[in-house]
Amino acid sequence: MKNQAIYREVAKLMMPFILMFAMYVQFHGDFGPGGGFQAGVILAVVYILYALVFGLGNARHVTPMTILRFMLAFGVLLYAGVGMVTMFMGGQFLDYNVLSHDPAHGQHLGVFLVELGVGISVAAAMITIFFVFSGQEH
Amino acid sequence: MEMMFNVILLIMLLLTAIGLVRKRSLFAVVMLSGIYSLLSATLFIALDAVDVAFTEAAVGAGISTVLMLGTLALTTRDEEETPPKGGILPLLVVMVTGSALLYATIDMPNFGDPMAPIHHFMAPHYVEHSGVETGIPNIVTSVLASYRGYDTMGETTVILTATIGILAILGRGRKRPKKLPHRKANTP
Repeated sequence: MKNQAIYREVAKLMMPFILMFAMYVQFHGDFGPGGGFQAGVILAVVYILYALVFGLGNARHVTPMTILRFMLAFGVLLYAGVGMVTMFMGGQFLDYNVLSHDPAHGQHLGVFLVELGVGISVAAAMITIFFVFSGQEH
Repeated sequence: MEMMFNVILLIMLLLTAIGLVRKRSLFAVVMLSGIYSLLSATLFIALDAVDVAFTEAAVGAGISTVLMLGTLALTTRDEEETPPKGGILPLLVVMVTGSALLYATIDMPNFGDPMAPIHHFMAPHYVEHSGVETGIPNIVTSVLASYRGYDTMGETTVILTATIGILAILGRGRKRPKKLPHRKANTP
């Protein structure tokens, strides 16, 4: 598909909007449907579209495997880290109330951080799985 | 009206499932399973479960289809013809399991029954207090990330573990396997 002008142009046009939608789903999950999991998948779709249209080599060049692996573990670590921080601040594991003076603010911060962790992990997982699957020798 | 919509969707789901079983072309099977996911997502929207529908559409119809197509490109596009095997035992097992499942549905509460046990355990607490306790308007998010934070952490860990497994099995795929010394150079 590397030499198809229409595919390339349409993909270029759509990618920023898909990226924006992923961010919207990630950070607006408190109010509307969505959250880290869905946002991570949508973010991964941007890379898959890029890889399909511009070739897997270019996509791998944009996001090296080492960074993906780091992000994969970092998301889970962020989630568990929030739990550890709440423990050190005197609460129970993943009890966000202690994160701020106002319990509702603490909840907001805690949910934001863990959803971010989920989003990072899921996006990295989906991109990694796609890269590994489509990078196989026939 | 809503009843009719649900019935039509369920019939379409059933037809897609029958098509899935009967098709020999694996490309058609992958496409049909994508359609099946999209139909389920529509059904979830009809049941007012927007978050679940979102996930189903993104993961079931989107990513899974792409990954399945990638797998097809690696393996083969057609299912091998297997001669049909007779036998009374498989039929018996299927009949017994099916009737047990049907028998179990008798005990289930009616569709949309407000007196069902699931609506009387924790759900009223979440509906009434989650807005005040967490300050998050979307109850699904507050349950997922706050009340059931352990579960979601476990799920994320499952995704991490699954990806590590895939990397362990397929991660070295781009490098050519080392040629064994006693083989000729041109053997694959």
